[in-house]
Amino acid sequence: MEGLLPKIVFIYLAVVLVVTSLLVVTNRNAVHAVLWMLVMFLHQAVLFITLDAEFLAAVQIIVYAGAVLVLFLFVVYMINLRTELKIHNFTVFWPAALFVSVALVILAAQALKDFRAPQPVGDMTPEAIAKVGHAKLLGKALFTEHILSFETVGVLLLVAVLGAVVLTRRIRMIRGEGL
Amino acid sequence: MIPVSWYLVLTLFLFAIGAFGFIARRNVIIMLMCIEIMLNAVNVTLVALGRGLAHTTAHVLVFFIIAVAAAEAAIGLALVVLLFKKTREIHMDEFRTLKG
Repeated sequence: MEGLLPKIVFIYLAVVLVVTSLLVVTNRNAVHAVLWMLVMFLHQAVLFITLDAEFLAAVQIIVYAGAVLVLFLFVVYMINLRTELKIHNFTVFWPAALFVSVALVILAAQALKDFRAPQPVGDMTPEAIAKVGHAKLLGKALFTEHILSFETVGVLLLVAVLGAVVLTRRIRMIRGEGL
Repeated sequence: MIPVSWYLVLTLFLFAIGAFGFIARRNVIIMLMCIEIMLNAVNVTLVALGRGLAHTTAHVLVFFIIAVAAAEAAIGLALVVLLFKKTREIHMDEFRTLKG
């Protein structure tokens, strides 16, 4: 009986994830698409919790739902296309895209048929997570084994911020010279 | 507990939906959002396999993927804004300047 509740939760999360991602893909209104994506990210955070990854669930909500989606929403508001609601939102070759996606699902499902559950080899067992916490285990691995990657990602984020600023600034300067 | 293969099937569908949207949609912003959907599908796969293996590396990798996705979204949206300022157009099939 106690095995039933996680499965019900998983099936609910799976249905919501698939339906909201389909709504994101097919929605005409970009604002609605962003808001459906917010629903999708929140449910995905719950999916991370069902996988004992509570720190990643928090990061998912803070970074994706908090930062990335707000960025998307700002850009959607800046580029307000009223005509978007009237014209067709798929390219002319969308049946080919559908064919590619279905073929991808069929091929990967064939590959998944022989999937066997892996044996636990590491130290991040559910008992260890319950004892010391997911964030501590992740932080220990992050700051000892992967410290160089961590520093590199910091530099990457700095470069991304500088790049975004430079990209949106240059056009104003050119326009100023042109005028 | 839920078997790992269930997660893999779910993320397979999510990835396929994201790929379809990326190929078929005309709006550049929605295309960037489809990239995010695909990245999130891969994240769930990695966490599910990391739970199955009880290994920390998968979780660390997901952490890095989230950071890279944030950087990618910032740069991509800056490019979209730049494109819109230059051409007043964000539909991908209208851009023919690269074709020559």
